[in-house]
Amino acid sequence: MSSLEHLFRREAGRMVATLTRVLGVANVALAEDVVQDALCRALETWSIRGIPEDPAAWLMTTAKNRALDVLRRERTVRTFAPEVAWHIESDAALRPRLDELSAGAPIADDQLRMMFSCCNPRLTEESQIALVLNILCGFSVSEIASAFLSRDETVKKRITRAKALLAGSKRLFELTDADFAERLSSVQRALYLLFSEGFHGASTDSAVRAELCDEAMRLTALLCANTSTATPASYALGALMFLHAARLPSRVDAAGELTQLLDQDRSRWDQRLLLEGQRLLEASATGEELTAYHVEAAIASLHAAAADAASTPWVAIVSLYDVLMRVRPSPVVALNRALAIAMCHGPARGLEELRAIENRDRLSAYPFYSAALGELELRAGQTTAAYERFREALALARNPTERRFLERRLAACRPDGREAPPTK
Amino acid sequence: MAQFAFLYRGGDPMPASPAQMQQRMEKWLAWFKDLADKGHIKDRGVPLDRSGAVVTRGPKHAITDGPYAEKDLVIGLTVVEARDLAHASELSLPCPIFEQGGCVEVRPILTL
Repeated sequence: MSSLEHLFRREAGRMVATLTRVLGVANVALAEDVVQDALCRALETWSIRGIPEDPAAWLMTTAKNRALDVLRRERTVRTFAPEVAWHIESDAALRPRLDELSAGAPIADDQLRMMFSCCNPRLTEESQIALVLNILCGFSVSEIASAFLSRDETVKKRITRAKALLAGSKRLFELTDADFAERLSSVQRALYLLFSEGFHGASTDSAVRAELCDEAMRLTALLCANTSTATPASYALGALMFLHAARLPSRVDAAGELTQLLDQDRSRWDQRLLLEGQRLLEASATGEELTAYHVEAAIASLHAAAADAASTPWVAIVSLYDVLMRVRPSPVVALNRALAIAMCHGPARGLEELRAIENRDRLSAYPFYSAALGELELRAGQTTAAYERFREALALARNPTERRFLERRLAACRPDGREAPPTK
Repeated sequence: MAQFAFLYRGGDPMPASPAQMQQRMEKWLAWFKDLADKGHIKDRGVPLDRSGAVVTRGPKHAITDGPYAEKDLVIGLTVVEARDLAHASELSLPCPIFEQGGCVEVRPILTL
């Protein structure tokens, strides 16, 4: 049933975005209610009658009718933006107006506006991401909580507060060009974090994680398809997502175990995604600004172009990490830089770099700092030290997949371990 | 072959998330497909809204909202073909409504 894939979830996001444009941001809850009703109706009807020819249109018509009912009943007690209120006062004008409004703008445009509304600068990044996932991607509170390993309560509070802030807005969906420009970097950042959670996150469910990556890519594609948001940074963001996503099929091996980049079966990388990533990277190479997305995409593209670890241009990768440390320094970037240095100049240099990372205390809960130290010690022949490092990492593992990965690295430290460390 | 009505009764409230709703619907579609592939579907039938009225006449006329409890509510019906009541009942067993806490009432259809 591939044509139906995520139909309910995706249509929920689209419909809420469109109806919110019609009803105003203050009525986003009303939009969500009528969409929920439409989905319930669809479930009951389609279950027995089968799926109609145009399920999206069926859902939208049902939601719109439901909205009309509610508006007729409640128009006196609700607050509407002036543009809508005028039409809602006259019953005869209500339906044509609703039809006209919901047919007016392309759906992609509604979703774009919703994305920018969710990324309100007064919300934290976590709240922005939770809102995007809830409103635009149709994930429920508990689905979001389980993807981020948070508690339902926490996510629910976050979303409720964020929606209250949206509902306080008197404006219609009209974001000005200035809003778009001002919020674009928040939107890009939220999508970047959404993708990272899917790619590196702690959730054990790889299907959930792939969905997060898919959604981030879908929404980034919307940014790249709209003239006012298709900046070089948006293209670079898209490029890094596609280039990384291309490697997803090989991140776990046939037995479902985590595999390091160096050991991945590169024939399993998705060529279509790689090509699209390269195309976006080329499109991003205009203008003056060099963003962290550009640099990360460039690194990903060098990995993607190399046939194996040995032929990877590590010197170039190290210099890109140097740039990244200037543009957006972080302990995780420093860690990856140290690993690249180890590939150029040997494990001893890599270890020096790892131990010199500023703010490395911020990595203290991250299993892969200890694991990186262990990996390089192992390559330097310091098996006892490496063993201890992997044990520390194991204690920090966030899920069974990470745990099994680190157990295999531990086994490699034993004298009888089958995996001999590379000698480079 | 005789004809039977499957009356779907009751069931849990709707799942909260669109993905779960879709999952539930896909189970129903798969079940119908299976029945249809084996040639048992006479008429897919109709879903019924949960609202409605119960009308009684006689000494006391009344139209009420229906005194039925959620769990007894008929939410849809289908006409199937089976050898006998036992066979029809067996055919109903994989119906997703059981996972939703509801049941299937199997009733022989009287024909000429």
